[in-house]
Amino acid sequence: MELLLAILIGILFTAAVYLILSRSLLKVILGTSLLSHGAHLLILTMGGLGGSAPPVLIDGVTDFADPLPQALILTAIVISFGVTAVILVMAYRMYSVHKTDNMNELRGNDEHD
Amino acid sequence: MNMINLLLFPIIIPFFFAMILLFFKEQVVIQRVLTVIGLALSLVASIWLLVTVKAEGIQTVTLGSWPAPFGITMVSDMFSALLVTTTILITFFVVLYSFQSIGIERERFFYYPAILFMITGINGAFTTGDIFNMFVFFEVLLIASYLLIVLGGEKRQLRESIKYILVNVISSALFVIAVAYLYSIVGTLNMADISVKIAEINQPGIISVLAILFLIVFGIKGAIFPLYFWLPGSYAAPPIPVLTLFGALLTKVGVYAITRTYTLFFVHDIGFTHQFLLVLSLLTIVAGCIGALAYFDLKQIIIYNIIIAVGVILFGVAQMNTSGLEGAVYYLIHDMLIKAALFVLIGIIIYVTGTSNLREMGGLIKSHAALGWFYLIAAFGLAGIPPLSGFIGKLLIVKGGFEADNAFGSIVLLVSSLVVLLSVIRIFIYAFWGPQNPDYPLPVTSKRTYRQLMAPAVLLVLVTVAYGVGTEWLMPYISDASDVLRDPSIYINAVLKE
Repeated sequence: MELLLAILIGILFTAAVYLILSRSLLKVILGTSLLSHGAHLLILTMGGLGGSAPPVLIDGVTDFADPLPQALILTAIVISFGVTAVILVMAYRMYSVHKTDNMNELRGNDEHD
Repeated sequence: MNMINLLLFPIIIPFFFAMILLFFKEQVVIQRVLTVIGLALSLVASIWLLVTVKAEGIQTVTLGSWPAPFGITMVSDMFSALLVTTTILITFFVVLYSFQSIGIERERFFYYPAILFMITGINGAFTTGDIFNMFVFFEVLLIASYLLIVLGGEKRQLRESIKYILVNVISSALFVIAVAYLYSIVGTLNMADISVKIAEINQPGIISVLAILFLIVFGIKGAIFPLYFWLPGSYAAPPIPVLTLFGALLTKVGVYAITRTYTLFFVHDIGFTHQFLLVLSLLTIVAGCIGALAYFDLKQIIIYNIIIAVGVILFGVAQMNTSGLEGAVYYLIHDMLIKAALFVLIGIIIYVTGTSNLREMGGLIKSHAALGWFYLIAAFGLAGIPPLSGFIGKLLIVKGGFEADNAFGSIVLLVSSLVVLLSVIRIFIYAFWGPQNPDYPLPVTSKRTYRQLMAPAVLLVLVTVAYGVGTEWLMPYISDASDVLRDPSIYINAVLKE
C-alpha cells in the first residue's frame, strides 16, 4: 500500500513540477496546489499506514492509526489554504494591473522596468 | 522569582501588540505609539532573557507541561537569545525610520501589525525546539512578509511578489516533505530527540540525503548559491524599510536553520554534508561578489552583499571547529546589524537624490556631510576594517578555515572582503565625491524629514561600532553560543533533562 501511494505521490509531484514550469500563472498556481496535495499525502504515507481504528479513544480498541501525522497534515492544510488564497488574490490583482498572465512577460529589472 | 515562561515573552509580546493594532486600522498615531511600546517591551524581555541564559544556562519550556519529547519544546540557548535580541533591536530602529519614509497610505493598511507578526514568526523560528513548529513559525513570518512585500500594490511590487511567493510556497512544500521523511526515519519531531535518534542509528546514507534536502529547503530561504536567484529581484521591489527588515532578518532565519540542523542533527558523518556546505558557501561568496560589482544601482549592490555574507557565515559553520563557529555567530549578528544600517543609509541617499542610480549622483558630501561620514563608517564596518564590527567575525572564520585545512577557502574569503570594500566604496565615491552632476539636480527635500531619517540610521551605525569596539565584553556571550553549536549534548541535556 505504501508503495502504491509513493508512486501516486511521485505522479502528483511530476504533474506539479510540470505545471509550475509552465507559462500561464494560473497553471503555476494549480501546480502549487498539486504540490501541497503531494506533500500532505507524503506525510500520511511516511507516518505509516498501520492501525485499524481512527485515533479516537474508544473502550476496547487498541490498534490506532498514528495520530501525529494527521495533526501535522491538518496544520499544513490550513497553512497552504491561507497561502493559496493570498496567491490567488495577488494573481488577480497582478492580472488587472499588468494585463497579462504570461510569466514570460513579467520580466524586468532595475535598468528597464 | 521563578519565570520559566520568560523565553516566550519575545514571541508573545509582539504577537499581542499586533493583535491589538488590528483594531486601530485608521489611527496611525495610536499604531505608531503602540508599536514602539510593544517593541520596547520585547527588547526589555529579550535582554532579560539574554542575561538569564548567560547566568543560568539554556532555558527550556515544554508547553503544557508535557514531558520533553512529547510536547512542543521552546529552547533558548545563547545563540537564539542573541539572535532574538538583535532582531528586536533592528526592528525597533526600522520602525522609527518608517515613520518618515513609508507613507501614510501604507501605515493605514496594517503595515505595523505585519511587521509585528513577522517578528513573532522570526523570534519563534529562532526559539523553537521542534522541527514542525519551526515550519509553522516559518509560515508565520513568510505570510507576514507576503503582505509587506506587496503592500502598496505598485506594478513592480506585484510582479516581483508573485515570484517571491511562488518560490517560498515551493520551498515550504519541500520543508513539509523533508519533515515527513525525517519523521518516518526517526519517529520524533523534537529537535533534541531527533539528534539523539540520529546518533543511535549513526547517520546512515538516508540521513545524509535528508541533510542535503534540508540544505535545499533552508538554502532557498537563506539564498545560498544555486538557490539565490529569486532574491535580487524580489528584495528590490518593496520600499526601503521593508527591504531593510527583509535584508537584515529573513535570509538570516534560513542561515540560522542551516546552522542549527548542521550542528545538531547531521554531525556524525560530516565528511560529505559539511564538505558540500563548504563548497556551496564558497560559490555563494563568488556569486555575490560578481553581482555586487556588476550593478550601478545602490539597492542591488547591497542586496548582493547579503548573499556574500550568507556565504561567509556558512563557510564558518562548515568548519565545525571552535574558531569557525564563534566566527559564524559573531559575523551573523554583525551582518544583521550592518545590513540594517546600510539599507537605512542608502534609503536616505535615495531620498535626498531621488534616484538609486549611481551614475546620476555626485557631490553629496558638500550638502550632506553627516550622511557621508556615517555611510563610510558603515561601509568600513561591512568590509571588516579592524576597530569595527566586521573584523573579529571574519578573523575567526578565516582562522577556523586555516585550522581545518581549508586554506583555499579562507583565501577566497579574504579576497571577497576586498570586493565587498570595493563595491561599497564605489557607492561612496560616486555619490559623495566630485561635483554635483548638473544634469540631475537634487530634488527639494525637507530638512526636518532628513533629520528624522538620520536619527535611527546614526543610532544603528553607533550600535554596530559598539558591537565592534566592545568585542572583549561580548566574547563570553559569543563563545557560550558557539559551545552549544559545537557540542550538541549541551542542547540535548538541557531539553531532555533526566
